Amino acid sequence: MSTSTPTAAQVPVGTAPAVPASTAAKKGLTNRWASAVALIVAVVWTIPTFGLLISSFRPEADVKSNGWWNFFTDPSLTLQNYRDVLSGGSTGESLTTNLINTIVITVPAVLIPISLATLAAYAFAWIDFKGRDTLFVAVFALQIVPIQVTLVPLLQLYVDPPFNLMPLAGRDAPAGGLYELWLSHTIFALPLAIFLLHNFMREIPGELIESARVDGAGHVAIFTRIMLPLMMPAIAAFGIFQFLWVWNDLLVALVFSSPQVSPMTVKLVSLVGQRGEDWQLLASGAFVSLAIPLIVFLALQRYFVRGLLAGSVKG
Amino acid sequence: MTTSDKFVHMAIAVLLFYGVMAGILLLTQRLRSRRGERVQAAAFLGPSLLLIGVGLLYPAGVTIYQSLFGAATFDPPFVGLDNYADLFTNSQQLTVLRNTLLWVLLTPTISTVIGLVYAVLVDRAAFEKFAKALLFLPMAISMVGASIIWKFVYDYKSGDSTQIGLLNQILTWLGIDTYNFLLEPPWNTLFLIVILIWVQAGFAMTILSASIKGIPEEMTEAARLDGVGAWQMFRHITVPSIRPSLIVVLTTITIATLKVFDIVQTATGGNFDTSVLAYEFYRQNFVAGNQGLSATIAVVIFILVIPIVVYNIRQMRKLEAR
Amino acid sequence: MKNQRTRKGLAAVAVVAVSSLGLAACASDDGGSSNEVSGDAPGKGKPECAQLEQFGDLTGKTVSVYTSILPPEQEAHENSYKVFTECTGAEVDYEGSDQFETQLVVRVKAGNAPDIAYIPQPGLLKTVVSSGSVVEAPQPVSDNVDEFFGEDWKSYGTVDGKFYAAPLGASVKSFVWYSPKMFADNGWEVPQTWDDMLALSDDMAAAGTKPWCAGIESGEATGWVATDWLEDAVLRDAGADVYDQWVNHEIAFDDPAVAEALDRVGGILKNDKYVNGGFGDVKSIATTAFQDGGLPILKGECGLHRQASFYAAQWPEGTDVSEDGDVFAFYLPTTNEDNGKPVLGGGEFVAAFDDRPEVQAFQTYLSSDIWANEKAKATPGGGWVSANTGLDLNNLTSPIDKLSAETFQDPEAVFRFDGSDQMPSAVGAGSFWKEMTAWITGESTSDALGNIEESWPAS
Repeated sequence: MSTSTPTAAQVPVGTAPAVPASTAAKKGLTNRWASAVALIVAVVWTIPTFGLLISSFRPEADVKSNGWWNFFTDPSLTLQNYRDVLSGGSTGESLTTNLINTIVITVPAVLIPISLATLAAYAFAWIDFKGRDTLFVAVFALQIVPIQVTLVPLLQLYVDPPFNLMPLAGRDAPAGGLYELWLSHTIFALPLAIFLLHNFMREIPGELIESARVDGAGHVAIFTRIMLPLMMPAIAAFGIFQFLWVWNDLLVALVFSSPQVSPMTVKLVSLVGQRGEDWQLLASGAFVSLAIPLIVFLALQRYFVRGLLAGSVKG
Repeated sequence: MTTSDKFVHMAIAVLLFYGVMAGILLLTQRLRSRRGERVQAAAFLGPSLLLIGVGLLYPAGVTIYQSLFGAATFDPPFVGLDNYADLFTNSQQLTVLRNTLLWVLLTPTISTVIGLVYAVLVDRAAFEKFAKALLFLPMAISMVGASIIWKFVYDYKSGDSTQIGLLNQILTWLGIDTYNFLLEPPWNTLFLIVILIWVQAGFAMTILSASIKGIPEEMTEAARLDGVGAWQMFRHITVPSIRPSLIVVLTTITIATLKVFDIVQTATGGNFDTSVLAYEFYRQNFVAGNQGLSATIAVVIFILVIPIVVYNIRQMRKLEAR
Repeated sequence: MKNQRTRKGLAAVAVVAVSSLGLAACASDDGGSSNEVSGDAPGKGKPECAQLEQFGDLTGKTVSVYTSILPPEQEAHENSYKVFTECTGAEVDYEGSDQFETQLVVRVKAGNAPDIAYIPQPGLLKTVVSSGSVVEAPQPVSDNVDEFFGEDWKSYGTVDGKFYAAPLGASVKSFVWYSPKMFADNGWEVPQTWDDMLALSDDMAAAGTKPWCAGIESGEATGWVATDWLEDAVLRDAGADVYDQWVNHEIAFDDPAVAEALDRVGGILKNDKYVNGGFGDVKSIATTAFQDGGLPILKGECGLHRQASFYAAQWPEGTDVSEDGDVFAFYLPTTNEDNGKPVLGGGEFVAAFDDRPEVQAFQTYLSSDIWANEKAKATPGGGWVSANTGLDLNNLTSPIDKLSAETFQDPEAVFRFDGSDQMPSAVGAGSFWKEMTAWITGESTSDALGNIEESWPAS
């Protein structure tokens, strides 16, 4: 995954005045040198991706024989690489199936953990019960169990579940093994999701809840009528987070997905391994996998930043 | 399975799930008593806690147990702490540990420094939003995608052949010998780390930028009236004010770094002394067939993360107490 | 079988997922394993069914097969089972997985094994047999193997004196690819001894062509190509007996004989005058994908490329792979006449996890010359051979397959299975690959072999 998951506790940052105020520090630094440095960083950060984009549109022979910068002296563009990679083309390596798999894996793997976590976060935030704080700290702590630690035992549970439950892996598994992917992503997302959403919930003024209770509303009513609407931005924020996580995941997919439901990341890795020199396919394939998260990310960046901040910097 | 089958299954799964959720809410909504509240808490928390227990706690326990066993596929022998001893004495594994240490030391610090400097530089500039988006973009890209992107930067063709990799082309333009970036240890590890820094700097920049904007105006104003210079301002006002955020960024990236395996897998396959713990876990388990050693590595990753988490819990407790 | 190594690389990349492990019909589903024969086989009387009649009428029964062989090769396999179905009435339920090796182990552990698995490595066969769930091969299979395969092949299907698995497909690894056209143009000839081959290399170097090209990069499996080189050299220098001792760790991995063989390989792979045609210096071998390793031959940038028969699949479409075409292969010459004509190769073995009549009938069918020829006919595009001596060479369409089969059927041939596939996986899929890669990039022979020796599991 490429998104960092903020794990830290809330950290106060002054009292967030309306006027941003690093002006002074900045003014001193804002000279020609400072701009130059910023520009260089920005260019260095952008060029690799830009090179990939150009490469993905160059004809096979060009991509293989010289670097993408030659495009500027000898411009020729083609959509053939995208056609090949999406339809399989001469190589029989169609990414379309994997693209669909990624979508099918991602949607439930985002919806389910968010919903579960919202419920749990509500309980942690607003229902009083014994041992609440201890339990919450325990859940928080569990988010650092590396996924690696859980993979193999989990795999064995899926293949050979106790109590004669239905195996989630194997040929007879429902939906070709999609359930184990959904379930795994849900499990791995829960601790962080509960933690982040709990932070949001605590920000909602207690008086709101209290007055609703006085009016005779139960927890379920409060949850559905007051909390959910107020929480929508936070839920959206975490949704983007989880979306990027699942979409970009390789490890969980490698371990749990069968060939027929394997997502794009798995396919790309095997493209790197097997067709290491088919640069044009790698470039276009990689760009197909980047496009959707990039669009989602840019469109919803505002929410995403909010999500990050809620997890780490509570104002 | 056809495409429509997959979508049908997806719809079924989502509907099934929401059906169960709705059921829980409906069943518990009438409960008002003190006892009822406990039932409600259980209903709200139950599914999550069950999944966490079965999917995280139990497997973690099993893995710790497995780390005490040897390499055989069926009925591995009990070897006690031999795997741990092996991990810290075997020269191959020591290289892995050294690399992991490099990753964990360099990635968080350099990403944070770049993120911080960049955040300060573009703060309140006319093009701030755009400038930030540029640094931010790699965050949306998968590690696999990032590794492919950097393949086009690091690629090496020896001698006078036309270069496809950008860096070697630059070296050629400068009249310097080309260099196989991913081949020579320990430098190749550094070049892999660059990829992760590229991904993580945007994260650091975002958090720190927000934090910088939170520094009270009066503070900087007062300092400026005292004639404090730019560097002094940065050093004595900006950095101390955003210290908590800095720690958050550092610890978050550290944990993410410990778990990274995609970059190594895609870029070098762990060859040329570039393997790290997270990758070695995967390799030992699924390629070399040594479950015991692989479990041991997972446990070591776990142990390395614990101090960071304990620190974070302390922070959280402190705040809750206020 | 083709591309065993490609698959390994892929499996390494995508190893585990257990989904698709499954085969519908498990042993227990079909109601116990009575060996009683009932009814007459549907194919009674037909000559090709003669051997299968003893299993009676198996109509409605299903045999599940689990393999690492995926499309497009899968189709040819399924087509080759038609005679079996016609003769016995039983169906074959075929399932391929690119995560075969790991998944098979998980399935066996879970008590959920397929009826039959095509196991591509003797080492894995040994591991699976150690679980106690593999069934010994029935007498007809054993008889078939005695008749159609060499003793060496049978021994690889045998664990602790019991014969479990008959060989299926095979590939020759002791091949050197070259361009017949380039050879003809320059007046070069296919060398008959190792020294001739070195002399030829010198000629090529003198003529301005880098004689050798190689690539050992293969993702996580990087290095396997070099392990094959060393195995070939050990077989030639020290002979098959020493090779067996070495593979089974009865002599040290860094035995002087092995060090000598590795230095012989180094005389080519680490010789700047000889390598790496089309790619650069010695070190570029380590970063060149094995799939690309021989391609410079087509461009005339390199003269020789040592790689297995399955490399035929790597040549671009339209390449003429034949004795006087664009590319072809010759047998990697010997160094020591006393050691005969050693052939290094790979292949799959048919292991059964159940002894129901239909399973045994299918095992019998697969080990027969009838199947070998059916399979050859079902593979019109080429890319498959077997070491089955009953295989009629005329049924093979591609020249390289014919050459492979001839190599196997040569009475002089001493077959030895790829050693890294027999060693414990910590070595065979671990340190051996890694250290050979390190050796290419500069590590000394003694350090490389010493490190592998050190990594050999204690038990």
